[in-house]
Amino acid sequence: MNDSTIAVAAPRPMESEKSRSQNRAAVRRATNEPVGVQIVLIALALAFLGLFLLVPLAVVFAEAFRKGWEVYRASITSPEALAAIKLTLLVAAITLPLNTLFGVAAAWAIAKFRFKGKSVLITLIDLPFAVSPVIAGLIFVLLFGRQGVFGEWLMARDWKIIFAVPGIVLATAFVTFPFVARELIAFMEAQGTEEEEAAMVLGASGWQAFWRVTIPNIKWGLLYGIILCNARAMGEFGAVSVVTGHVGRTNTVPLQVELLYGEYQFAAAFAVASILTLVGIVTLIIKRVVEVRAHSQIKAGSG
Amino acid sequence: MKITVRDITKRYGAFTALQNVSLEVPQGKLVALLGPSGSGKTTLLRVIAGLEAPDSGSVLYEQDDVTQRAAKERNVGFVFQHYALFGHMTIFENIAFGLRVRKWKNEAVRERVMELLRLIQLEGLEKRLPSQLSGGQRQRVALARALAASPQMLLLDEPFGALDAKVRADLRRWIRQLHDEIHMTSVFVTHDQEEAFEVADHVVVMNKGRIEQEGAPDAVFASPANAFVTDFLGHVNVFHGRIQNGRAHIGTEEMPMSFDVPAPQNGADEGAEVTAYIRPHEVDIDRVSHGSDSMFAIVTRVNRSGSTVKIALVAQEGQLPLDVELPHERDAELGLVVNDRVWVYPRQVRVFRREEAAQSGDAKIAA
Repeated sequence: MNDSTIAVAAPRPMESEKSRSQNRAAVRRATNEPVGVQIVLIALALAFLGLFLLVPLAVVFAEAFRKGWEVYRASITSPEALAAIKLTLLVAAITLPLNTLFGVAAAWAIAKFRFKGKSVLITLIDLPFAVSPVIAGLIFVLLFGRQGVFGEWLMARDWKIIFAVPGIVLATAFVTFPFVARELIAFMEAQGTEEEEAAMVLGASGWQAFWRVTIPNIKWGLLYGIILCNARAMGEFGAVSVVTGHVGRTNTVPLQVELLYGEYQFAAAFAVASILTLVGIVTLIIKRVVEVRAHSQIKAGSG
Repeated sequence: MKITVRDITKRYGAFTALQNVSLEVPQGKLVALLGPSGSGKTTLLRVIAGLEAPDSGSVLYEQDDVTQRAAKERNVGFVFQHYALFGHMTIFENIAFGLRVRKWKNEAVRERVMELLRLIQLEGLEKRLPSQLSGGQRQRVALARALAASPQMLLLDEPFGALDAKVRADLRRWIRQLHDEIHMTSVFVTHDQEEAFEVADHVVVMNKGRIEQEGAPDAVFASPANAFVTDFLGHVNVFHGRIQNGRAHIGTEEMPMSFDVPAPQNGADEGAEVTAYIRPHEVDIDRVSHGSDSMFAIVTRVNRSGSTVKIALVAQEGQLPLDVELPHERDAELGLVVNDRVWVYPRQVRVFRREEAAQSGDAKIAA
């Protein structure tokens, strides 16, 4: 140990690569805990992971396939299940562009400009995180429901929001709107405004600066926000459950799972749930890839 | 292109960044805005570029009032302190950016970018990304990008600030040469007086949002207009005293020392408190007294490793530390060693009234 430390301290040029890795190993050894502590810590982490993640995950798929592949296929291709999947995709397809637009605009304003009430805006953006989704759903029922503020006005025109698709979209959009904005604010603040200013003095219009400089600079952060937003939009239960009147005819996938489970159709419930689980796993994989890219982009941007 | 700045004031909340600043940058000159951080020099540069809108006052390019004009319409080359290169674009596309937004044809863009790459001596690196270049190379790319669309003037914000000493010296010389070749009206911001004096034709010293003094580098260095400028332009010994019989007296009753008050400052009243500034290289040391304009001191340290010999002394029974720089020849004649008892006599003393000096003291704290 002593010998190798001395060799590390005075590396010969030929060996620099080798001794550098030795050096790293030596540092790692120096900061390490005793082996016993390591084993206990790792075992604890694994036990937690197993109990709260792996076992439930396994149960979902085991239950889904309990009655065989045919029942599984029938469960996820039943008209109700397909309708639920379609509705979930539709809600996501409307919510994502809306929240992306809002997120980019809000993050742009917050990160690139000085104005009064900025901290109020930042706090407001976080509101959906602080409010229970059930309350969020109730807010829309109180606004657009039969007895709601706009209830009569809507009734007179025969426009349905609550217990219908618009209500689901509204509730989902509310619950998911901080994701893109939050992600981008941090990202844009880390990058500062110098590149946009550079584009402006070089003769670019605000629009040109946005598309040619800002968007390429934030694309990975933006994608990261959209992925998180999508995962939440597809999985949201509480707020949607309230605006649809607790499991009615219009069901998203999470509501459909709840409905089937409530009717003791366990295999079918878990089969539909397995779709959401898969979406979750794919999201995690994409998120990981995007995270790495986003991180390297922030680093490159600061150069 | 001549730049005229008239009565510019710029505030950020309670902080006044620029206060009634007026300045003229003659056609084809290279001008340095010199000052401590917070002096308003960068704000002034950004106002000239149109990146910052002044609260009052106006900016003129020749006779043309551009105060209300957006940065993108001013055709100005601007080099940012941290380069602000577009991280996702190649070096080629970075330099081409200003030409692309002006809708140049591909052919012409290529020709112009290659010409600039030759100018900044980075041919062959056009396919690299900014993150693959060194600091000095990035700075040159930023310069080429600023020059691409043939701007009417070049504005540089701390262009050498983020570089190490060797690269900085090279780049400084290169910018000066470049300016001598293309004669573009240029303004650069710096907090380094050596840099300003070495590169610029004209130096503007700023403090607390005001211009303290401007002029040719030699003239500013030879006769600083006030206490702040004297203090800011490099290392200087500071003494406090008062005016008696038209002379500035410093030191204690037992060991008095007095100077003639130089012409521009001799309006000081009898008894007024003054501060005297003595530059280390404007002092001589001798082993005998020269009367009341010399001062007794003890040598505490001698450093012969530089182009001059740096001698640290204490005067007034250890109360007043004092630095002196002597030529090696003079040092050889004296043969000084630590603890030698000597007489110090300044060849030139700059005396300013105390309140003015106190003001500059504040500025240093604020910086």
